[in-house]
Amino acid sequence: MASSHGAPPVFNNKVIAWIDHRLPIFSYVEKEYHTFPTPRNFNYFWNFGAIATVMLVLMIATGVVLATNYTPHVTMAFDSVERIMRDVPSGWLIRYMHMTGASFFFAAVYVHIFRGLYYGSYKAPRELLWILGVVILLLMMATAFMGYVLPWGQMSFWGATVITNLFSAIPVVGDSIVTWLWGGFAVDNPTLNRFFALHYLLPFIIVAVVALHVVALHIHGSNNPLGIDPKGPQDTVPFHPYYTMKDGFGVICFLIVYAIFVFFYPNALGEPVNYVPANPLVTPNEIVPEWYLLPFYAILRAVPDKLGGVLCMFGAIAVLFVVPWLDTSRVRSCTFRPIYKWFVFLLVADVIMLGICGAHPPEGWYVPLSRIGTIYYFFHFIILLPVLGKIERPLPLPPSIADAVLKKKVA
Amino acid sequence: MASSTIPSGAHGDPTRRDFLMVATGAMAAVGAIATAWPFINNLNPAADTLALSSIEVNVKPIAVGQAITVKWRGRPVFIRHRTPEDIKEAESVKLSELPDPETDTARVTDSAKKVRPEWLIVVGVCTHLGCVPLGTKQGDPRGEYNGWFCPCHGSQYDTSGRIRKGPAPANLAVPSYLFTSDTLVKIG
Repeated sequence: MASSHGAPPVFNNKVIAWIDHRLPIFSYVEKEYHTFPTPRNFNYFWNFGAIATVMLVLMIATGVVLATNYTPHVTMAFDSVERIMRDVPSGWLIRYMHMTGASFFFAAVYVHIFRGLYYGSYKAPRELLWILGVVILLLMMATAFMGYVLPWGQMSFWGATVITNLFSAIPVVGDSIVTWLWGGFAVDNPTLNRFFALHYLLPFIIVAVVALHVVALHIHGSNNPLGIDPKGPQDTVPFHPYYTMKDGFGVICFLIVYAIFVFFYPNALGEPVNYVPANPLVTPNEIVPEWYLLPFYAILRAVPDKLGGVLCMFGAIAVLFVVPWLDTSRVRSCTFRPIYKWFVFLLVADVIMLGICGAHPPEGWYVPLSRIGTIYYFFHFIILLPVLGKIERPLPLPPSIADAVLKKKVA
Repeated sequence: MASSTIPSGAHGDPTRRDFLMVATGAMAAVGAIATAWPFINNLNPAADTLALSSIEVNVKPIAVGQAITVKWRGRPVFIRHRTPEDIKEAESVKLSELPDPETDTARVTDSAKKVRPEWLIVVGVCTHLGCVPLGTKQGDPRGEYNGWFCPCHGSQYDTSGRIRKGPAPANLAVPSYLFTSDTLVKIG
């Protein structure tokens, strides 16, 4: 049954062999998830792709179930969500799983992105893999935003108003675009209807892009903490059972933390004001998005010009698309980049600081801090990344993965 | 045989086949755009949404210095019965001091060109990111210019609803309105 590298697998079971001869799904799974040669030196950061996949499946499963009880109408949406919470069997659990799941999905994806930045996973030949990842991030943000509107609470309504109004910053056609997005003259029933339709659609598009992401990953295989290519069988292990087990362990640890939030702190990450039904005539004292969008919200507000703020906010994501070409260093892993390593940590601190600024009203110290944070964010990608790659002297790379791993054991 | 009927493009000259390819491709592109249009247009406001586009308000009960909020096209509209001081303040500002220069008179003229400086009617949506500014209700903060104050990002509007300070780029919009009598106004 099992096979060595390269040779097609032989299936003893007649039914499996019959199917596989016509539609080679078993060969595919065997090749890509069993014998697939994977670098032997993954650390736990390499769990987060699998964790994100599990969260995506979980979000779709809970979302489909929620949709069976949800009513996308301005007079009924809020009540239908409350009915899910109070009357529908296990409704409270499914909804808390979905709500908290969004936060944990983003958390997993942010760690996954950090992993890519720190270990240079975006570098040749994995540029398209990285770009597909940024596309997934954008789709996730759009999906999360529209999902947040559906309960039709105060923050749903005003968040939708503020975010759709961003497009009014576009010169000349901005106002027409906003009317078109709304399907009316304000965020109203047509807006809620289309957001529900799109919130149901986009996750399946995410699944499709994830499939492309995985296909692209399996062409050249995973990067690894050393950032050097495997040179032979001594550098790799089969994906199964080594990484199915390691991913499984990581997924379980992650889900334990997730379950603690679902069962004990389901509202810790949300805004209480969203339990007040939407009122188009009263703006809440403060409009804040969910935590995972706060750094981008801070960038939006850091710029004193409306169009400039909108451009910087979208630019903060757009710049990620060109990271593979902005980074001029030939060394992938920050393990061997003694200077750049610290700037990656500084970028993480910067994004956290921006997140804190985004959570507070733009007054006092938060204004200069969010401006400094925004400037550093763009400085990091546009200036530091290309320049440092040229002037930094990287540490010597080990001759092979096996060599480095075995030496570490001896020492 | 067939090759003799097709003019040769040996010198890089476009052939009949090139022309047919380009023409067919262009028609396909036009067809694709024409097909996409109903899908895009479908998201525009529907007839019943557009039908709700005007309302009538009796302004008689609004005392001098008072303001009310009415809902028009799903959005708040502020109607303020301005005091003589409000009007004087609004008229005395130099246009060069305004980020979005507009005379007060232009903002209190109805669609029949009749000027009623005591009535200011504006859409109560901040031109920054669409919050509802405070200042209509009694006791609301009205900002440094005694008009409206947006709590979201700190924009300040004057007694004519013009932007004076903060991130908002434009004055509060004046909807098209018409006084059908001295106390009845039709908005939209």
